[in-house]
Amino acid sequence: MNKIGLIIKREYLTRVRKRSFLILTFLGPILMAAIYIIPIMLALHSSTDHLRIAVVDESHWFENNFKTNEEHTFVTMPGQPIDSVKEMVKTGVFDMALYVPPTQLNIPSNAVVYSIRQVPMEVETHISSVMEKEIENQKLMAKGVDPEIVSAVKTDVNLQIMRMDEKGNEKETFTEVQFTLGLILAILVYMFIMFFGGQVMQGVSEEKTNRIIEVIISSVKPFQLMMGKIIGVSLVALTQFVLWIVLTLVLYLGFSTYLGLSNPEMLSQGTVMAQEITSNDIMSNESVQNILQIVQSIDFGTIITCFLIFFILGYLLYATLYAAIGSLVDNNTDSQQFTLPVTVPLMVAFFSTFYIPNNPDSSLSVWFSLIPFTSPISMMVRIPFGVPIWQIVVSILLLAVTFVFMTWFAAKIYRTGILMYGKKLSYKEIFKWLKYK
Amino acid sequence: MAKITVNEVSKRYADHTALDSMCIDIPERCIYGLLGPNGAGKTTLIRILNQITAPDSGEVLINGEKLCQKHIAHIGYLPEERGLYKKMKVGEQAIYLAELKGIKKAEAQKRLKEWFDKFEISGWWDKKVEELSKGMQQKIQFITTIIHNPDILIFDEPFSGFDPINANLLKEAILDLCDKGATVLLSTHNMASVEELCNSITLINKGKSILQGKVSDIKRQHDTHQREIIVRCDDTLKVMNIAETYNNIKVEPTDRPDETKLTLFSESPNELLNQLLQVGQLVSFKEMLPSMNDIFIQEVQSKNKAS
Repeated sequence: MNKIGLIIKREYLTRVRKRSFLILTFLGPILMAAIYIIPIMLALHSSTDHLRIAVVDESHWFENNFKTNEEHTFVTMPGQPIDSVKEMVKTGVFDMALYVPPTQLNIPSNAVVYSIRQVPMEVETHISSVMEKEIENQKLMAKGVDPEIVSAVKTDVNLQIMRMDEKGNEKETFTEVQFTLGLILAILVYMFIMFFGGQVMQGVSEEKTNRIIEVIISSVKPFQLMMGKIIGVSLVALTQFVLWIVLTLVLYLGFSTYLGLSNPEMLSQGTVMAQEITSNDIMSNESVQNILQIVQSIDFGTIITCFLIFFILGYLLYATLYAAIGSLVDNNTDSQQFTLPVTVPLMVAFFSTFYIPNNPDSSLSVWFSLIPFTSPISMMVRIPFGVPIWQIVVSILLLAVTFVFMTWFAAKIYRTGILMYGKKLSYKEIFKWLKYK
Repeated sequence: MAKITVNEVSKRYADHTALDSMCIDIPERCIYGLLGPNGAGKTTLIRILNQITAPDSGEVLINGEKLCQKHIAHIGYLPEERGLYKKMKVGEQAIYLAELKGIKKAEAQKRLKEWFDKFEISGWWDKKVEELSKGMQQKIQFITTIIHNPDILIFDEPFSGFDPINANLLKEAILDLCDKGATVLLSTHNMASVEELCNSITLINKGKSILQGKVSDIKRQHDTHQREIIVRCDDTLKVMNIAETYNNIKVEPTDRPDETKLTLFSESPNELLNQLLQVGQLVSFKEMLPSMNDIFIQEVQSKNKAS
């Protein structure tokens, strides 16, 4: 086995055997599954929370509007003084009381809810929307407009977005789905670069502070050691990534079967509600049916290929820089001044993910996805929206060329840096190292 | 033919010259001392031999061949700044380091077991390095340095961190390896170990060799013909009177009132001895060759004054 292989093997095995790796491997999918499962649990749980609400309406506008529904019971109490109803809330006959004060000339725009417990948001919204609607109807009637006409006038517009290419092929796009997918991919790349790049840096500076570095580079070339470490850590990253996907699927399937067996209706209900909560707008049944269509419209082949290429190249580019920084660092305290040049482009790329989805084809977005230091993250946001092939190719080529150049650059710094102890280093001095033979 | 030939090697860094046309010939099967004050260029030279850095000019020959990648397997190097992976198990780590030197895993395991038995540390195999004391770690470091049976050994301050017992063990191991055919390059500030171990030395100062040769020859060259005589005589005044007739003598009292120490700077002490024998008892007579320590200080200081 050649020497770089030995180094890769050691880097990989020692990291994979660490307890922190195991913890992260199991914690990651649990967190990811939790993002999906908790809203379902919440949706299932909150639907069982049934409230009894007394209505004392002294304005007599809304006596017939509060109807008991699946979630809550409304009891109208005509002629009852509010004080006695409040007593009933205190003794627990009702969960809360709604009081609309009397008005003669004005339109009733005030109401009070008396409750011992915190009033759920959803009840608040329900009550005010019922009241607003009734007042609206009354006003329309006063102007001589039949509310029937108003509701007949209302129309839902379904805006379809069709992307065309030069050949005239049309494809429907779904902005929300692309937005979410792009963001998840970009954040994954960002997280992996930060985390595993940091591991490379830590590994290098550990070898330096342990003073084992000189023993090793008397057997192998510094370049071999650096690349062995970078590749070894990248394999750890890929292992973790694959394990996360497998475990997330297992957890998700396990959870679905568990729920599905106990109550299949609840599951579908819960899922729909969860989507309502997470996407924060009410999806119609139509759009649920469209999910299949959406999934089909996404070009998973391109996305996965691009993700892997940009992920690996982006990691390699940053890992070489992190290795160079690790070689400059004697102890953790002075790592700050050298990590800055690396964290700044990463942060810029990260913030670009907020801007790009609004306008994925603007010139700024294109530049972000072409410049090698931001492209691994920024391009991933754009990919689901569809990116011209030439841009992807140019971006990958630029990234690859920069990686090769940076490897040369980092290797020069690394080679000298690892043998420097107890010396305050300036950037000026580091640039001189590039000339050393 | 010399085992290692360093020919006109120069190495410059941004702000100073680490080595300036350095020439050294290290014969086979000897222990060669590399001496010099801090920052003289010893470590740079050693790193060039280990191909950690490359010289700006000049060349290094091993057995007459130009230094290249394949020589890495022939060199065992114990650097001054040394350490091990703290979290790794001792045995696993030793095998890894041996494999990096190009030894097959099974062979490495076999040789390591032998060495661990010899040093009586077999019980440490599965321990993590951080659980061991510094001295224990040094032993393991030494074993990993020589595990690939190199015919050239380079030790940079090997005795630092060892207690006298372990230092002695190490000393014997070095002498033993030399007997078995290894060429040893020893860089140290410990002059006592230089006198004990080294056959020849090079003294480096500011990147240049200022003194080179066999230890015995160097000592002869620096001989100031100093003789130390201790005489026992109840009447010390008699001794003083004799001493006063010489101008190249130094008289000192000792911790016994009846004994006097005389230091004579002369190649012919017989006359003085004859006179002293008549007044008292001769306790000791010693030829005081300068120590390597004295020579080191003298040479480096005179060079620094001259420049």
